[in-house]
Amino acid sequence: MQVLFRTEKEKLTVYLSGDIDHHTSAQIRQSVDEQLQKFMPKELRLDFRDVHFMDSSGVGLVMGRYKAASVYGCKVVVCSMPDNVARIMKMSGLSKIITFDED
Amino acid sequence: MKVLNEVKITADAKSVNESYLRVAVASLAAQLDPTVEELSDIKTAVSEAVTNCIVHAYKMRTGKIYITARLCENQLMIIKIRDTGVGIPDIQKAREPLFTTGGDDRSGLGFSVMECFSDKLKVTSKEGKGTTVTIYKRIRGKSVNEP
Repeated sequence: MQVLFRTEKEKLTVYLSGDIDHHTSAQIRQSVDEQLQKFMPKELRLDFRDVHFMDSSGVGLVMGRYKAASVYGCKVVVCSMPDNVARIMKMSGLSKIITFDED
Repeated sequence: MKVLNEVKITADAKSVNESYLRVAVASLAAQLDPTVEELSDIKTAVSEAVTNCIVHAYKMRTGKIYITARLCENQLMIIKIRDTGVGIPDIQKAREPLFTTGGDDRSGLGFSVMECFSDKLKVTSKEGKGTTVTIYKRIRGKSVNEP
């Protein structure tokens, strides 16, 4: 599990990789929230292209970041989900409040 | 029901073991020649059950998780995940989508995901004694996609 960040203008992109479960999501949450507070972006983009495994902890992670980001008036976009990630994300109904991007 | 192979694992209820346990059960399932999707289903369902033991049954305190994984005839896999934690007072409520007692960053989807990714899910629990989740998964394998 590794988290990389890229900032451009008012957008913070988070590149997630490896496994997202209850154990790793605690570390991911901490590092994303640190960057959020630091940059206070207008858009938080969560990129899942290199995530090999995710359980419902990943949904909780996105839900929590949505709440954290909305404090700054920041919108959340989830993108590049592999099939196994997309299946769980779609079960959650999160697409009603968060934009799902193909790439 | 004839059991062809059985593996038992006892692990500390520590979140660092989540990855080991789902991979170990998936490795056993690999003997039935599953598809990539079926393997992913098993890993996810086991991960949800194990997380429930750690977060809810033992509330992040110490305890043991007992897993019995069986390969049975007719490509059936049965995975039993047991804890001796607090138990679930209302199983029906716990299985409702989005219901959680786990706080802010828990999605409340654990049981829904387990149900969705298995063929049958059995949950028994006794307050103060613990909970047993049994996941039934038929491994149809690659043959199902062939004409």
